[in-house]
Amino acid sequence: MLQSFCPITSRQTVGANIYVLSFRSPQIASTLQPGQFVNIKVSESGIPLLRRPFSVYHTDGDDIKIIFNVIGVGTKVLASKNVGDVLDVLGPLGRSYNVSDGYETAVLVAGGLGVAPLPMITKSLDRRSKVLVTFLGARSRDHLVTTFLENVHTATDDGSEGFRGTVVELLRSILSANSFPQPKIFGCGPNVMLSNLSRLAEELSIPCEVSIECAMACGIGICQGCPIEKVNGEQKYALVCKEGPVFNSRSVLIV
Amino acid sequence: MVDTQTVIGDLILKNPVLVASGTFGYGDDCKDVVNINQLGGIVTKSLSLKPRDGNPPPRIVETASGMLNSIGLANIGVRKFIVEKLPYLRTTQTKIIANIAASTIEEYCIVLSMLDEEEGIDGYEINVSCPNVKEGGLSFGTSCEMTAEITRRLRTLTKKTLIIKLTPNVTHISEFARAVADAGADAVSVINTLVGMAVDIRIRKPKLSTVTGGLSGPAIKPIALAKVYEVAQSVNIPVIGIGGIMTAEDAIEFLLVGASAVQIGTANFIDPAASVNVADGIVRYCEQNKIESVRSIVGTLQASKELSVVRSWQ
Repeated sequence: MLQSFCPITSRQTVGANIYVLSFRSPQIASTLQPGQFVNIKVSESGIPLLRRPFSVYHTDGDDIKIIFNVIGVGTKVLASKNVGDVLDVLGPLGRSYNVSDGYETAVLVAGGLGVAPLPMITKSLDRRSKVLVTFLGARSRDHLVTTFLENVHTATDDGSEGFRGTVVELLRSILSANSFPQPKIFGCGPNVMLSNLSRLAEELSIPCEVSIECAMACGIGICQGCPIEKVNGEQKYALVCKEGPVFNSRSVLIV
Repeated sequence: MVDTQTVIGDLILKNPVLVASGTFGYGDDCKDVVNINQLGGIVTKSLSLKPRDGNPPPRIVETASGMLNSIGLANIGVRKFIVEKLPYLRTTQTKIIANIAASTIEEYCIVLSMLDEEEGIDGYEINVSCPNVKEGGLSFGTSCEMTAEITRRLRTLTKKTLIIKLTPNVTHISEFARAVADAGADAVSVINTLVGMAVDIRIRKPKLSTVTGGLSGPAIKPIALAKVYEVAQSVNIPVIGIGGIMTAEDAIEFLLVGASAVQIGTANFIDPAASVNVADGIVRYCEQNKIESVRSIVGTLQASKELSVVRSWQ
């Protein structure tokens, strides 16, 4: 984990109220694993006070990309940043997805901006031995961001693109009609979606890792502010920032 | 060279900046980004006799210039601390102050006695003021007799520096400070968090699982300063100032109103190196103002009729 001061290299709008911000951090970019996150101090003014955690969306050489909706004060400040502005970034943080072994087909499943870690997983797969299939759901066509993804099946709540319904319903129908060699699910999205995804994975006996979103203060395990209840084990809670954000879906209670 | 040493009980701190309990883990979590040997001291996360899971989520909420927390003293327990954390802390060149939380007087005594047998602990800070646990915690800290009784009992058990961390959630904090000073405390830490609350109006529910929590951060600094000022006027033992310190300037305000040292808390969450930056900034302030020793400015607030004139809002 490093604290680095990173100049913004680009800012793009990629969908309805969806931004992608790139900033230069060679040290973080070179060690980052898929599913890890960065904790960004968005303002020097103290408004907002706390850092904001973002799953890393992509890396491009020395650059790191994050993707976000403008929904509150932190993301509003971030979206107003200009190329050349410097961000105070802590990272890479947290436990990554295990993309290396134990499966043949990577089944990537995301809801909304849960798409964030998927490009990094896509990029890091060993194509000589792995097959990839991606499922992406969102409210509507304007909220689907499929850049950097491959072999994508889409679902929208309003049916404006792809399957009408949730991404987990789409996944269920495709998994029941096709057989993928030795699949493993990599999920990210809102808790309600991840909870349904975990149940489906359990039902079909497919290994499943999920990345959990959670409000946090420090992002490095010292504030103890981001617990998630564990299914079993000595301790009742795990910290999302340190023991996660990626968990085996059977190890935590997603509510 | 500015003399940055400060004295708390029998402890000579290399500088007046410590990290507050619960905001720096057990000292080993931040070693990648902070050189803890540059700190006056580390106050550990509160240690209890048995490990504590802490409260259910959500445990934290951001508020205007502050945050509410309801961690519930989640910690690994004193035994595991001694086995797993203390060996690393012994290798550091800073003072190690173990913070102790308990739900009965006996439990405070047992935990302190266990720690007192170990090498590497320089002093104790007693948490009688956690607002987030059902038993013990604040119910001790808001009773003057109980706070004094805990202090008396622990005083008989250790020769090491004994610091009592006081809550601001009382009418007159200086009464508590006097009571623990009379009971043998070497110093007081002022203040712990203030009880606060936030509501999610969409679902009409509290934003914390425990309804109320402890408010910290820059929002509480003016209150903390006033409490430190009040306590410093009323006791002769050192006061450690805590509450919303983000910068060296903030820390110097605390020194001027009577704090002999300060603790950095919430700022560590935003910048793990905040405490070291504060320590460096205090040295720069002294150099710029030709102050030879940090101790010499403690309690030197000029409470005269000629008030400083605010010419503009900076």
